[in-house]
Amino acid sequence: MTALVLVEVENGAVRQASRSAVAAASRFGAVDAIVFGDGAQAAAALPGVTRVLSVPGLVNDLAEPAADLLAARAKDYSHIVAAASATGKNILPRLAGLLDVQPIPDVVEIKDADTFVRPIYAGNALATVRSADSIKVLTIRGSNFDPVAAEGGSAAVETVEAPASEKSVFVKVELSASDRPELESARVVISGGKGLKDAANFKLLEPIADKLNAAIGASRAAVDSGFAPNEMQVGQTGKIVAPELYIAVGLSGAIQHLAGMKDSRVIVAINTDPEAPIFKVADYGIVGDLFEVLPTLEKAL
Amino acid sequence: MKVLVPVKRVVDYNVKVRVAADGSGVETQGVKMSMNPFDEIAVEEAVRLREKGAAKEVVVVTVGAQAAQDVLRTAMAMGADRAILVRTDDTLEPRAVANVLKAIATREEAGLICMGKQAIDDDMNATGQILAAKLGWPQGTFASAVTVADGRIEVAREIDGGTEVVSLTLPAVVTADLRLNEPRYASLPNIMKARKKPLETVEIDSLGVDTASRLTVVSVAEPAERKEGVKVNSAAELVEKLKTEAKVI
Repeated sequence: MTALVLVEVENGAVRQASRSAVAAASRFGAVDAIVFGDGAQAAAALPGVTRVLSVPGLVNDLAEPAADLLAARAKDYSHIVAAASATGKNILPRLAGLLDVQPIPDVVEIKDADTFVRPIYAGNALATVRSADSIKVLTIRGSNFDPVAAEGGSAAVETVEAPASEKSVFVKVELSASDRPELESARVVISGGKGLKDAANFKLLEPIADKLNAAIGASRAAVDSGFAPNEMQVGQTGKIVAPELYIAVGLSGAIQHLAGMKDSRVIVAINTDPEAPIFKVADYGIVGDLFEVLPTLEKAL
Repeated sequence: MKVLVPVKRVVDYNVKVRVAADGSGVETQGVKMSMNPFDEIAVEEAVRLREKGAAKEVVVVTVGAQAAQDVLRTAMAMGADRAILVRTDDTLEPRAVANVLKAIATREEAGLICMGKQAIDDDMNATGQILAAKLGWPQGTFASAVTVADGRIEVAREIDGGTEVVSLTLPAVVTADLRLNEPRYASLPNIMKARKKPLETVEIDSLGVDTASRLTVVSVAEPAERKEGVKVNSAAELVEKLKTEAKVI
């Protein structure tokens, strides 16, 4: 059995979530990688990857040509795998549609080549499902699989022509500039909720994030209130994170938020309401006014 | 242009679901059900397109049991013009639902399919993409803004690091993300009016499409519970514990 992994490369480096996807796919046997745009060399350096299909002509991850290309190659593979990222979730279900298979998104555990565990109901239940499809199309929750190293491999690279995209055209992309680590791969995440009261107060998280080299996240309520951009949202409908340390500031811990962070190793909660559900999952809690606690925390670090 | 909006009846987002004792699924008996929140956003967007003159008619469709009629009535109270219930007592996977929706979209000659990006029960986030593939239409997933002009639709999409804009030929499939709009509440007069709007029932077998399941649910289990931790009195004490006890900083 050979698996094909859609590997995402950003600024010359393979995204951690994709390295986790390679680690997961290695369970099935040999692993080929496919890279859209530049970055085939970064994928070729991943341990465990035997061959890289490089598609330099497909630069913007458009789902239509990407899925067409994957479908044309699918018969060589038992499993087609991607990270459960925005890219993976856009392209892989479309591929499954072309292949007429039922995709299996957000896999958190692999039982065997046909059997997978995935969260349902915002992570309030875990379903174990067995697939009868001959080609399995999976997306992998990065937080549940230790990533392979970024270097150590030396796969052969084969260049592949990109199919044309007539129905879908890339217009532009606006990425928010940040020097901080990515939310999904940061060792420490500090997230703010509605308790921060406005967008300006979100800056109060920055000095602490600086000291801990942390990524900054936000609850859906904070995003809905316009305190933070959507790409910072942690939760069922945002990013799923599992850092070593998660610090929740002024957020109550709605079910949908917990779904995005409850697998963190250590959780700290700072909230004025001692009954807030976030304390039920927190290892350490401070009941208090975040506007008083944050400055003292910054000093104590 | 006719907009088709597929909607799903799901366990209400405020309900804390319980795993059934026999591990076959979650308890749905006597539990409050509602329209999937992402689908409400999709209905709202379709109604706004009609209000702006970009669409002529908004048709909502659901695949489910007789009880699923209530979400169709809700969608019509929000402004959808008519509804189709594709009746089945089975639970269908996204692939099967996409087969049903393809048949309905073809029959209705839909010019745009606008639907939620994900149902909050199975959290699959797949039906829209599968449907687009099966129809051979382009897709604009995780939409935060849409503009229809000159036979195309421009879709701003939520991606991991920010926002991307794609331009698609019509017909197309758009899946709604949270920030696309804030759905309106259905007013009482509109709820009354919705009762008189046409609701067609189609037996699923009459469509002649493949609705078989490819996945077998082996079991459904509760996730491991986290233990409630301790409260500390000061930031200094917290930092001390993070250093010496949790050894995380």
